[in-house]
Order: sequence, then structure tokens, then C-alpha cells
Amino acid sequence: MPEYIHLKIKRQDGPNEPSRWEEFKLPYKPNMNVVSVLMELRKNPVNAHGQKTTPVVWDCTCLEEVCGACTMIINNKVRQACSALIDQLSQPIILRPLTKFPVVRDLQVDRQIMFEHLKQVKAWVNIDGAFDLGRGPRMSEHDRKVAYQLSRCMTCGCCMEACPNVNSKSDFIGAAPLAQVRLFNMHPLGKMDKNQRLDAIMTKGGLVDCGNSQNCVMACPKNVPLTTSIADLNRQTTLYSFSRWFNRE
Amino acid sequence: MASQKVIVVGGGLAGLMATLRIVEKGYKVDLFSLVPVKRSHSLCAQGGINAALDTKGEGDSTEQHFYDTIYGGDFLADQPPVKDMCDNAPGIIYLYDRMGVVFSRTPEGLLDLRLFGGVKKRRTAFAGGTTGQQLLYGLDSQVRKFEAQGLVTKYEGWEFLSAVIDDQGVCRGITAQDLASMEIHSFAADAVVLATGGAGMIYGRSTNSIICTGAAAGRVFQQGVEFANGEFVQFHPTGMLGDDKTRLMSEASRGEGGRVWTYKDGKPWYFLEEWYPAYGNLVPRDIASRAIYKVCVEMGLGIDGKNQVYLDLTHKDPEFLTNRLGGILEIYQQFTGEDPRKVPMRIFPAPHYFMGGMHVDWNHMTAIPGLFAAGECDHMYHGANRLGANSLLSASYSGYVVGPKVIEYIKGLDRSATDVSQSIFDRERQRQVEIDEAVYRMDGNEDPFILHDELGDNMMTNVGVVRYNKNLELADAKIQELMERYKNIKLSDTRPWANQTVMFVKQLWHMLELARVIALGALNRNESRGAHYKPDYPERNDEEWLKTTRARWTPDGPKFEYSDVDISLIKPVQRRYDVAGGGK
Ligand SMILES: Cc1cc2nc3c(=O)[nH]c(=O)nc-3n(C[C@H](O)[C@H](O)[C@H](O)COP(=O)(O)OP(=O)(O)OC[C@H]3O[C@@H](n4cnc5c(N)ncnc54)[C@H](O)[C@@H]3O)c2cc1C
Repeated sequence: MPEYIHLKIKRQDGPNEPSRWEEFKLPYKPNMNVVSVLMELRKNPVNAHGQKTTPVVWDCTCLEEVCGACTMIINNKVRQACSALIDQLSQPIILRPLTKFPVVRDLQVDRQIMFEHLKQVKAWVNIDGAFDLGRGPRMSEHDRKVAYQLSRCMTCGCCMEACPNVNSKSDFIGAAPLAQVRLFNMHPLGKMDKNQRLDAIMTKGGLVDCGNSQNCVMACPKNVPLTTSIADLNRQTTLYSFSRWFNRE
Repeated sequence: MASQKVIVVGGGLAGLMATLRIVEKGYKVDLFSLVPVKRSHSLCAQGGINAALDTKGEGDSTEQHFYDTIYGGDFLADQPPVKDMCDNAPGIIYLYDRMGVVFSRTPEGLLDLRLFGGVKKRRTAFAGGTTGQQLLYGLDSQVRKFEAQGLVTKYEGWEFLSAVIDDQGVCRGITAQDLASMEIHSFAADAVVLATGGAGMIYGRSTNSIICTGAAAGRVFQQGVEFANGEFVQFHPTGMLGDDKTRLMSEASRGEGGRVWTYKDGKPWYFLEEWYPAYGNLVPRDIASRAIYKVCVEMGLGIDGKNQVYLDLTHKDPEFLTNRLGGILEIYQQFTGEDPRKVPMRIFPAPHYFMGGMHVDWNHMTAIPGLFAAGECDHMYHGANRLGANSLLSASYSGYVVGPKVIEYIKGLDRSATDVSQSIFDRERQRQVEIDEAVYRMDGNEDPFILHDELGDNMMTNVGVVRYNKNLELADAKIQELMERYKNIKLSDTRPWANQTVMFVKQLWHMLELARVIALGALNRNESRGAHYKPDYPERNDEEWLKTTRARWTPDGPKFEYSDVDISLIKPVQRRYDVAGGGK
């Protein structure tokens, strides 16, 4: 049993400030996770050299790995801090903010762009209004299971972080919004606007920018079938292109 | 008057549903949330949402749902709004279904239902083990559609600080703080809806997300909104202990066949099944929590001598479990390293849900005209105890009704918020800036996070599952001590950028204010009803206490008044779960 929990944290005071490393040592307790350690740290923010410092800034909300907020890079792996159990990590534990998003402060980043992408691909069913129109469409339990795998995506950003094609020189929207296109294109009502969503991913930054590295599916904490979805969308867009060509005026 | 605008604070189920119902009538909404709305606390909900859909041929009905909710709440809820909620529940589920929420299905492709506590009919629709997440994502996607059309403007990463109230006492907007730049601004609106959720953080560790501080409710409580039924706090019987939070093991695990037991005389003892043969493991939460508390604390029969008993699913088929409860079992496995398909889970009651909240009328308006509240932060639907899977419903339903009520209200206004003098806004903004500056100057020797730990321990020990007046007095004295020590906080971070410590210090004050409301409300109420249990007053006392508690803020602490409950539809009877049809 280690005596200490030893952390090395990459810190940055603000978006345009330089970054630095700071180390911390806390007395070991069993069954902790990265979030509970950060919470412990802020009660007495003193670094490993005994100097007073500021509490580390990071995002977290649910602590059950369903909200996606506490995503960071832990020992070189992108994952959620709440479910990163200290007893399963090698020390020193190295915490860094995501690199594909602008840093707000310390481990906190701005992932707004992921929500913008959902807007761009029209990730919704176009219902007529939030009122009662009676039963929705029937769906087989089999289709429900496929859809559920896709709808568990928590917009955490792991897939974008892991993707070599998401970088400052590319507009690639990444795997997450693509999987949502597949989800909404499957839905009995969502299908009605299928082509609009396909149009949205057949432009620059869309499907064609995927380099098929398959990193996304390995990084996804919820096992969303990302590469299968991309393959499926390739089929959908091909069919769509054909039909557009045959039906052209 | 399409130039009229509404502010919704909170993007959980209640806030998003309210937003949808307002924008689709052509009014613009500014939507504020601490976190991106897609990460709101509603997504923690696992088990499901109730509606009498009767897809299982059990003859369920909305009347039965209504009866169970009132009975389960020990008759403390006003009955007509609860009836409306139950009547509207099926339509709301169908609405979610049309949005694309992936509810689990029957072989015929209809919505599947499962059993939850305190009821005899399968009534709970669910999406695997992550129902709240799926419902939230459904609403989130719909709101995004309106955002793309420019009708919704999101302020995500902003904290609501206060209502802006004009000289006539009417709410005309809010002040809010940008959590990155720390700037404080005022925003005008013709009506404001608070949908800011629960307050589990008052108990330190709870099943809630850590953003559930109740601070928003605490802030308007100090501006004149009454806080109702604060003493009714639900302890969920099956929490998993943890340093950072007590994660929940959903009631769905018992709905799908989970059994609660401990060892007695060397043999497994299924005490819920023995004590409550009619409902067994599916007694309501207050009853199950008290039973587990009794077995562990009073009888000393917890597993390994600790405060814990087993929740056992190992007799069920692992594939069935994965399909029906996957998301929940994953959480247990991930955080304990044990597979609940193979070994029984260890659980103990944990603070979970606030039945009480801001006092609202049946239109969801608070005592301040123009200021509405909906969702877990209101007090309306659950009386003294909430039935499982009824709060995703009440959050959705209250959003569903508050939308049209807000529109009705603003149509009746004789002047719009934009006609209100700017000085009203500047005055409130200035007040908030001064509070903020005072926090930045705090240079004593107390740590805010340690004060919060002490608050949590105090509430758990003294205002928990079982309550004694002498402990409640101690609890209040301790809270007052913490309020004194609060003034002596040392701020460990003084940067004017993304300063989470400053925000926490401010929230802590509001938690302390509400903690007093809870502790004193409990002290006053000398009876046992629903989640509020006093061994010295073990019976429900309708003659004196069939009353809604209403706390009002004063500088000298909360003052309490009590008002009658509307029991016009179902006559109160004794609430029992040991015999079938108990008390009827
Ligand atoms: C672990 C768990 C499991 C549950 N399971 C179930 C279940 O199976 N079935 C069921 O019916 N119920 C369940 N519940 C209860 C249910 O999830 C909640 O009661 C419900 O989701 C509350 O919804 P809401 O919209 O009122 O609030 P929330 O979802 O909590 O949303 C609150 C919103 O307000 C915002 N906010 C708060 N304060 C501020 C502020 N000061 N400024 C700006 N924004 C603010 C937040 O950012 C958030 O967007 C569960 C609860 C927990 C904790």
C-alpha cells in the first residue's frame, strides 16, 4: 500500500497564460478516484514542495460517468476522472487538460464546439410540437437496442481527443455527431429528414474527413459503435448520391 | 407581443420542457445553466418515469396512479395538481417517444413497463438503466432545434445570482455571473422560471450531482420566496457509500427482483419481506430506509458490523440483468470493482431527493409575481414522500404546465420589462457585485470546503432518517455556529478568472440558510409522516399537522407558518404497507 497519492498536474491560469506543472502529495486512502482526490486537495491547497497554491480548477457534475463533464487526460489516456480509480493507476498520476479544445483554466476546457456540431448535423427529430399527439411509432426491441447504444453518447470529447484528423488544420467534426446522424436517421420519425442530415455531413469537415484511424471507438467510454456508424453513413451517403443523380431534374 | 421575453434558469427536464413550451408559441427564451444543459443533473436518473400506460394488461389507470402518489406521499400533497399530473403522464411519455427517446420495448414494439416501489401495477417506462439521461437528451435535442432558429439563447456556464424585483415587487429579470470571466450582469425578462433542481449538497454527500446545492432557491428565499416542506428529505434506501458521493443503486434493481437481506443467527434474513409481506422489497423508500437503519443502527446487524446490508440480484439471469439494468450495474462494478451479477451489493440509505422546495401556487408562480418555479426545486407533487419514478414525471410535467402559465401571465402584463427603469437593474447588479467583492476580500482562517463537510456531517447525524428533537436543536445550533465561522473564511484563490472557490463560498451561505429551514421545520413538526420520522412522535397527526410548512426568511432566521392541504379528492386514511390494500 503506497503511503502517498502522488499527482502531477498541468496547470494554466487562463486561456492565454503559459502552462506549468505542479506536483501534489496526499496521504493515501483506499477507494479514491481522481475527483475525490482533487476534492481533497482543494481543502488544503499545498503542493508537494509545501508551498501554498490555488485549488485546481476542473469540471465535474454527476460523478457517475454519465454526464461527461470530468473528461481529462489521465496517465496519457483520455477518460473521465470520476471513474479513474486511484488504486488502478500507476503513480505519479499525471493529469492534463484535453488538447483539442481551448483551455479555460487548469483542467477545465471549453467543449462548446461539440454542441455546435450537433446543431450543424440537425441532431433532432422534427416533431410538430411539444404536445400530446397520442402514441409514438412502434419500434422493435432490436432496433431500440441499436439506437440505445448510439444515444448513450455523452458528448465528452474522448473521440475527438483521440482522433488524429481532428486538429487545428482540419474542420473534421469527429465521430460523435456522425453517430448521432445515424441515430436520428434510424428513428421512424427522424427518417423523414434523413437527407438533410446527410447533406450536412457531405460537406467539408464531414464524413470524408474521417481518416479511418479507428482511434475513436477505442477511446469511447460508452462503447458507442462509432466506426460501425461511420461505415453505415458511408453507405447511406453513397445511396443518397446515386438517388440524387438518378432523380436529378 | 412577440418582443416579450422569458428567462428560464436551469436546463434539466423541468427547464428544458418549460423552454420548449414557451418558444413554440413564438416567445424568445434566454436559458441559463451552470453547466451545458446536456450535462444537467436529470441525467443521473436511472430507473424510469411513471405513467399509467397499461401496456401490460394489468388494468392500470391514471386514477390508480393518482391514488398511489397521494397515499405514498402520506397525504401531504395538494390533490388537484397531482391528479392533473397523473392524467397528463401518458401524453408526456408519448411526447418523449416522438422525440426519439429510446424507451425499452415490449415484443410488439410498445413501451415496456417495470415495477417500482409502493405500487402494485407495472407503471414505470424506462430506457435501459439510464432513463434520465435519455429523456434529457431528447429534450436537449428539441431545444437545440430552436436554438438553431435563434429563438433560444443559451447562457451555459452562468450562475443565477438573484431575481431583479421592481418597486412594485414584480420580478423583471435576473442577475447572473459568468463562471469563466466572473463578470456579473443583469438581464431583463417579462417572466423568470427557476428550474434549478434539488439540494443534496446540503447533506454533504448525497446521490445528487455536485452542482445540486439548492443555492438558487436559497437566494430567492432571502428575497421573499417561501420555502415549503423543507423537512421532507427523501433518503434512498440503496445508496453506495463513497468519499466523493453516495452513488445510487436504482430502485429498478428491486423492481426487477432484487432482494434486501443481512445475516441473523448466521442465516440470510430478508427483513423487508418478513416485515412487509404485502409489498416486500418494494415498500416505499421511507419505509425501506427506516428498516435498514433499524437493522444496522438499532439492532447492530449490518454486514461486517458496518452500516450496510446486501441488495442481491445474483439469483437473476445475468443476460436479463445486463439488458434491463446494464447502466446501473456498470456503475456499481466500476466504482467498487465487484460484479453485482455475481456478488450481492452493499448498500445503505443516502440523501436523495427534496420533496419540499420553493412554495408555488397551482400555476407554479412563487409569492413574487413573475417569478415561477418548476421541477425538483418546487414543493408541489410529492407530499411527505416521493414514489420512485415520479420525479422525472413531476419535473417534466411542471415544465409542461409552467410554459403556458408563463405565457398567460406575460400576456396580462400592462408594461414590459424593457419599460422598467434601468436603475432597478443597476441597483440589483451593484448589490451582487458588492457581495462578490466581499467574498474576494475574505481573509480569515476557515476553509469553506471544511465548513461544508461539517455541515454535511451535522445534517446526516442530526437531521437524518430518524429524528429526535434534542438532536434537531443541536443541528440548528451547529448551523448557526457554521454561519458565524463562515464570516471568518480564508479565500484560497483570489484570481478574477474561472474561480470555482469564490462561487462555492457564495453557494455555501445559501446552503446554510436552507439547512436551518430543514432542521427547524423538522424540529417543529412533532409527528411522523412520510420521510419525516420521530420515534418520540411515531404516529401521523392529521389534526395538528396535515399542513404545508411554509418558511419565510427574516434576518433573525426562518419564521414558520402552516397552511391547509387540499384533500378534496381522496380522504386521508392510515398509510400501511404490511397488508395488501393497507388502510383503504
Ligand atoms: C442518482 C439519482 C437517480 C434518480 N433516478 C430517478 C428515477 O429513476 N426516476 C425519477 O423519477 N427520478 C429519479 N431521480 C430524481 C430526478 O432525477 C430529479 O428529481 C429530476 O431529474 C430533477 O430535474 P430538474 O429539472 O428539476 O432539475 P435538474 O436536472 O437538477 O436541473 C437543474 C438545472 O438547473 C441548473 N442550475 C441550478 N442552479 C443554478 C444556478 N444557480 N444558476 C444557473 N443554473 C442553475 C443546473 O445547471 C441544471 O441545468 C433520481 C435522482 C438521482 C440523484
